[in-house]
Amino acid sequence: MAQNGSGSVAQAVAAHQDEIFSEWLALQMESGALRSGRIKEAELRTQCRAFLEVLREGLAEGGTDADAPVFGRAKEMLTEVSRSRGMQGFTPTETAAFVFSLKRPMFNALNRAIEAAASEGGGAVRAASAATARYTWDVTLLLDQLGLHTMEVFLKTREEVIARQGREISELSTPVVKLWDGVLALPLIGTLDSERTQVVMENLLQTIVDQSAEIAIIDITGVPTVDTLTAQHLLKTVAAARLMGADCIVSGIRPQIAQTMVHLGVELDVTSKATLADAFRVALTRIGRAVVKAPRVEAPAAGRR
Amino acid sequence: MEAAAVFEIRSSDDVVRVRQEVRARAVAAGFGLVDQTKIVTAASELARNTLDHGGGGAVRVESVSQGGRRGVRLTFEDQGPGIPDVEQALKDGFTTGRGLGLGLGGSKRLSNEFAIDSAPGRGTRVTIARWNSR
Ligand SMILES: Nc1ncnc2c1ncn2[C@@H]1O[C@H](COP(=O)(O)OP(=O)(O)OP(=O)(O)O)[C@@H](O)[C@H]1O
Ligand SMILES: [Mg+2]
Repeated sequence: MAQNGSGSVAQAVAAHQDEIFSEWLALQMESGALRSGRIKEAELRTQCRAFLEVLREGLAEGGTDADAPVFGRAKEMLTEVSRSRGMQGFTPTETAAFVFSLKRPMFNALNRAIEAAASEGGGAVRAASAATARYTWDVTLLLDQLGLHTMEVFLKTREEVIARQGREISELSTPVVKLWDGVLALPLIGTLDSERTQVVMENLLQTIVDQSAEIAIIDITGVPTVDTLTAQHLLKTVAAARLMGADCIVSGIRPQIAQTMVHLGVELDVTSKATLADAFRVALTRIGRAVVKAPRVEAPAAGRR
Repeated sequence: MEAAAVFEIRSSDDVVRVRQEVRARAVAAGFGLVDQTKIVTAASELARNTLDHGGGGAVRVESVSQGGRRGVRLTFEDQGPGIPDVEQALKDGFTTGRGLGLGLGGSKRLSNEFAIDSAPGRGTRVTIARWNSR
């Protein structure tokens, strides 16, 4: 049955491939696939034509099940289309539309095939209309399966993007900066209770070693909540830094955070300062430097613009 | 914002989510920065206890008002192992894990109302509320 049924679908598609192509393309353009400008018409044409070709081949070889090996090429192609759309920020609907908008042109082609059979008259009409329901079902099932495949790839691609961004953020947001010879600062921003903390800590300790730093200022102005877990991470970092021979100063504890820490019962056994500037001044004193006011030097008038 | 909403606590991302939801509630109730920080921090502690000790659960977040004062009430619930000795668990420094053992007692001190209902094998329910002090 599948052989026979799909054979007829295959014939219908083969006979009307050009109509299917132009109707399909028109539908996608109408639905605004190009409006965003993320994909060019020429590219869409190439994708559509190539996909129809492999779909026709699969059908001609008797497939109606998207998981059948004959549709391997078709799925590969969808994987590519879906992946590139996922990367380019297409919505799920825009991505799925590639396959789903093929339904109507396919049904139209089937109808045309049946009408053609009808014009031959006699038994052909009855046979054709009896098969119509089955063809419709086969095509629906096939396109739905291919559509789902598209969505799966799309979601996987998005997940990959999110995971990559997560990794980038955890690197980006933990820079250790040198303020002076032997003085480092670690401005923390965001939530501290993920795997990020591990990265932060290792980064700081490595930089302390690399630069033989004596003092590390950990600034938490950008940390929205300090709970017991955050406090514990801070304490561990301070203890580890101490083992590497560096003293820590914690700065940027805002008043509301300070009050909350007192209620929690958390004690940071470490020098703390309200601002990074205050902490820097303390750090300079400890390494035997001071910031002094220099006499104002008038810049010579010449050479100034 | 609905008067009450329930959020699952199954991962540490969910803990972050709970903090954000509670912060939004506190702001909506007109809380100042200190009150906001207190209830958000208490929520963070209890959410992580639900996750780490209770094996996951959920929190019900409610906007409440009483005698013209507005507040936020949170009910954390899990079907975990429960707490055999609640009084001991509330003591500062007591932990069965590797924490500081300050979360439970701390969240009590950070709240205006605190109730805990727990029994071995049944799970744990902790309810806290904080009122706008302005
Ligand atoms: N929901 C819960 N289910 C089971 N046991 C709990 C629960 N919440 C707290 N406990 C028990 O109470 C103890 C004390 O909790 P508390 O939050 O004070 O400390 P902690 O979570 O161990 O460390 P931290 O200071 O990081 O919060 C826990 O170690 C645990 O044994
Ligand atoms: Mg805890």
